Amino acid sequence: MVSMSTSDRGAVRKKGAAPTTTTTTSNTSIPNKTTITTCSTNRSNTNTPIVGGSSSNSTTKSAIKAGVKNGQSSTGIGATPEETPNHIVYKKMEALVERMQDEERGVPVRTVKSFMSKIPSVFTGVELISWMLKNLDIEDPAEALHLSHLMSAHGYFFPIDDHVLTIKNDNTFYRFQTPYFWPSNCWEPENTDYAVYLCKRTMQNKARLELADYEAENLARLQKMFSRKWEFIFMQAEAQSKVDKKRDKLERKVLDSQERAFWDVHRPVPGCVNTTEIDIKKACRMNKPLRSTRHLALGVPGGRLSPTISEAELNSPRDRLKAEVEILKTKIDRCTFKVSKAADSYLNYFEQYSEYDPHLFVSEPPNPWVSDSPDYWDVDRVASSSSQEPGMPLVKREIPTRRVRRWGFGVQELLKDPLGREQFTKFLEKEFSAENLMFLTAVQELKALPQKSVAEKVQAIWDEFLAPEASAPVNIDSKSMNITRQNMEHPDRWTFDEAAAHLYQLMRSDSYCRYLRSDLYKDFLSGSKKKTSVKGIRSIVPFSGKPKEAVKESQGGS
Amino acid sequence: MTVASWLAVVTVASRLDPITTLAVKQRRLLKGHQGKVLCTDWCQDKRHLVSSSQDGKIIIGLDNKVTVYPLSLDEDVTVKKRAVGTHTSYMSCCTFPYSDQQILTGSGDSTCALWDVESGLMLQSFHGHQGDVMALDHAPSETGNTFVSGGCDKLALVWDMRSGRCVQSFEGHESDVNAVKFYPSGDAVATGSDDATCRLFDLRADREVALYTKESIIFGVNAVDFSVSGRLLFAGYNDYTVNVWDTLKCQRLTVLYGHENRVSCLKMSPDGTAISTGSWDFTLRIWA
Repeated sequence: MVSMSTSDRGAVRKKGAAPTTTTTTSNTSIPNKTTITTCSTNRSNTNTPIVGGSSSNSTTKSAIKAGVKNGQSSTGIGATPEETPNHIVYKKMEALVERMQDEERGVPVRTVKSFMSKIPSVFTGVELISWMLKNLDIEDPAEALHLSHLMSAHGYFFPIDDHVLTIKNDNTFYRFQTPYFWPSNCWEPENTDYAVYLCKRTMQNKARLELADYEAENLARLQKMFSRKWEFIFMQAEAQSKVDKKRDKLERKVLDSQERAFWDVHRPVPGCVNTTEIDIKKACRMNKPLRSTRHLALGVPGGRLSPTISEAELNSPRDRLKAEVEILKTKIDRCTFKVSKAADSYLNYFEQYSEYDPHLFVSEPPNPWVSDSPDYWDVDRVASSSSQEPGMPLVKREIPTRRVRRWGFGVQELLKDPLGREQFTKFLEKEFSAENLMFLTAVQELKALPQKSVAEKVQAIWDEFLAPEASAPVNIDSKSMNITRQNMEHPDRWTFDEAAAHLYQLMRSDSYCRYLRSDLYKDFLSGSKKKTSVKGIRSIVPFSGKPKEAVKESQGGS
Repeated sequence: MTVASWLAVVTVASRLDPITTLAVKQRRLLKGHQGKVLCTDWCQDKRHLVSSSQDGKIIIGLDNKVTVYPLSLDEDVTVKKRAVGTHTSYMSCCTFPYSDQQILTGSGDSTCALWDVESGLMLQSFHGHQGDVMALDHAPSETGNTFVSGGCDKLALVWDMRSGRCVQSFEGHESDVNAVKFYPSGDAVATGSDDATCRLFDLRADREVALYTKESIIFGVNAVDFSVSGRLLFAGYNDYTVNVWDTLKCQRLTVLYGHENRVSCLKMSPDGTAISTGSWDFTLRIWA
């Protein structure tokens, strides 16, 4: 990048204009770096006698940072040692900024003549947004504005005279930040640096550099905090200010604004988002000793944490590798299911459930969050509450057809609905096979129990359904029975899983299919539809959703 | 190979009508937290939300009315705290599989664990991730014996809760996997990552089948959830937005603007009528 800009410089200068932003930003990064290092030397020269520790620390820190940056730009290797989430985003934004700063195809940067002076290296919000719409895959100006706002909040470009880092799609002027101040340089500026900066600003008696209220407050607070070394901070500020004064007027304007924008990122105006913040979870990880993630799980010390795994297990990589092989084997064995088949299944699922998706299908009654009326929820509640009245003929209940139809999608849907489960149980009772469902329910209940009640429940299930003299024997194949018998030696909450899986399949392919074909279900399904027929006369005023239901019904059928 | 897979889904989906009627808007703004909202979930009654925040409070909110319960008064939480204390690093995520008698946790110590809430006993631990576990989701299938976890090793792993073994692993992401969520049918898993993409991995086909990405989306994903039909994928990003994806056509349908800082969590309501989002801007929002 540095070499590119030097070669470009000639070309730009020939145009006779003041340096465009591309050159300013990339070029100034060099003088800027030198100034900072000169400042640092100034600092250490003048101040080592007064305060030793922290000041020289921060000096070396900034020197190191400058060095890092140099190394990066010269070698062109963008990869920082940290691949933190924030850095991934920085890299992407920087790639974008570089495109924006392209001499020919980038955002046009110019120097504007205003009343008595010149405003160097600026572009307008309109220019930026239209560039983004033209060059990125963005159609909506709102999206372009949002992205540019975020990039601005990270300090990659900034309004030339506003502390609030945001972009407006108008003729406000903006300027690019120099790469030196990009957040990817691992800046964690210290309060002393901030104090020096604020202090320096007070020395420049120009209107545009006047401290904002919040900055003045910060300065006062810092002065209190660093009261003992304030003299030292003041001297540093003075030295920096002297260096600044020697600069060309336009260059100073640019540099002042870039430095200000840097602090607007790291010490944002109250109410603005501090974009340099790191997710607390990710920050925890960064502080942890680096684990070699490239190796497979070979029990790296510090890498394992929760207890159950034994030392022996950790220290025997062979077992780990065996397990690894096992996983790979199952991967091969897994019947390879075609992607197109999977895609078909998603489509079928969508087609089946689309009318139940409140985001895609306008329901009747309307979505409670949109209409501000709880009718939508009440329909279901009416249905459930009426179901609690015992002895009421089933067809009388006003259950929405769409709800009943859903029971036909799969046995899981049927059992998920308490009403469906109740219906199915009735059907099974007629068929004298209710114990299967009772067993499955008991097995699910077992999984939900607290640990201390598990053993007791396992025994109870065994006694009720599987033992030779069980009160409600279920019929499972000998293979599952053998497995279950073995499991009973070490009972846990998964003891009956094999048996349950077997029975579940049986129920799905047998009783469930017969239930769907039964009059019980068919009557129930048509019960709410034929409200006007003989059955429906009892409820001549159906709930408001009725006509729509019928429409949906016909749509669903077609 | 994977490119062909994505094409397969998009090609098959080409016979579907495009979604044109989507009109998701912000419906509620819930304020009350004094810190970043980290986690949220819906109550079974579909109208209440529970949220937790960096301010150490748990808030149970009804529409705009908010009641605050300090952590120390909540008995349940102290139980959880005790159980989780045995992880050697922070706990990043948790869920209650089967019932509130058990809690499944994911931790920065790169393990997951299933605990008995009452006794604090660890029932099963899950070793296999090579980085912090960031998210987990319990399978919606009949038996519910599996769950999926996502971690900083860029992987999404599927686990058998009974044996504690990893039964399937999905790679493809280029950075931390921050969010995992089962497709409503239980046949696939959606993931969200710091690489600014969401992906769909099919359990039966054992591979990535869809990629949800856009050049202009550069910030990481923190949370994902499906609509009832599985056609829509809502994803909360670090760029303060929620993007809504057409899962089958692999296109972005719309962007939900409103939050003023990173969207940290996102959940579909149990009946699918609305989604709730929580953010570092201290607010929760409900969209429908």
